[in-house]
Amino acid sequence: MRYIEPHAHMVSRVTDDYVHMVTAGCAAVCEPAFWAGYDRSSAAGFYDYFRQLTEHEPKRAAKFGLPHYCWLCINPKESEDVKLADDVLAIIPEFLDRPTVLGIGEIGLNKNSRNEITVLEKHVDLAARHNQLILVHTPHLEDKLKGTRLIMDVIRNDSRIQPGRVIIDHVEEHTVQMVLDAGLWAGMTLYPESKCSPARAVDMVERYGDERIWMNCACDWGVSDPLAVPKTALEMRKRGHSAAAIDKLIFQNPARFLAQCPKFKIPEG
Amino acid sequence: MNRSQILDLYFVDARHKLIDLAAFLDRYERAEGAEDFRMAAFRTAVLELSKGNNDKARQVLLAFSDPTTEPIPAATTKAACGAWPGVQ
Repeated sequence: MRYIEPHAHMVSRVTDDYVHMVTAGCAAVCEPAFWAGYDRSSAAGFYDYFRQLTEHEPKRAAKFGLPHYCWLCINPKESEDVKLADDVLAIIPEFLDRPTVLGIGEIGLNKNSRNEITVLEKHVDLAARHNQLILVHTPHLEDKLKGTRLIMDVIRNDSRIQPGRVIIDHVEEHTVQMVLDAGLWAGMTLYPESKCSPARAVDMVERYGDERIWMNCACDWGVSDPLAVPKTALEMRKRGHSAAAIDKLIFQNPARFLAQCPKFKIPEG
Repeated sequence: MNRSQILDLYFVDARHKLIDLAAFLDRYERAEGAEDFRMAAFRTAVLELSKGNNDKARQVLLAFSDPTTEPIPAATTKAACGAWPGVQ
């Protein structure tokens, strides 16, 4: 079995996780910029973080033969401070031409505030001006439905953005249909305690189809499982899904989306 | 899969989760204190389980969701609590 892990915060994980992922068939990993669990004090902190994502982490993954890509942004959890966000947005272009940067992400909303929307609009504008793919984080729990609608409004309102170059991540049963109907890609995040379980993810695939959908573990410094994608493949096997159907969902689909950025090289299976 | 196969695969796990849920309600009701918005949403969500529709997971999620459409003035916390504290 081969798979692409399209969303994992590997800077927060131990090296053994790389070993386990590669052993399970991971052929490439993509890391969106994320909140550190505390607020960084200045744009300089982000500069160092972007160097970690584009210089150090690809080397760490390469020790296990795993291609490592990343996405850049200031995360929605730090977007209430618009001045800080402006400072961070100003340094992102310096990194966009680096060979493993795939686009802008994970941008989006957290608590659905006005400032968060302002910063989201600025990120979308940055992506449009630099012709970048977009990876969107949708809010947690009670805020997800409203946040997903607000995010889709922002994307729809920028005519330069092609829906097929945007993935809306962390969809659940109450948001997946609206995302797919809009022509956007949908990401299902497999978490032990929140977001989506493997069984529910497979339910959604059976219900809404396997087009423009990917699965990811979004493992970070919190409760999360770096092997959630291969475990969901096992869930599909239990239900009788074919090897080809599993490969489409966990390898071909993410490869198809990510290859819209020419820097992403589809790994050999 | 047919219904029998689904039961073979998931019944024991669902039974386990249902008993865990019942035990949570017993634990909560043994404790003292006022009920808050989270538990009100929870009870509304539980009612969805006995309805005949075939989108129960979606309806449960909607029972916990903020139904409003306007952005909030400012974020005063980063965390979500699992249920919308407002009143329709």
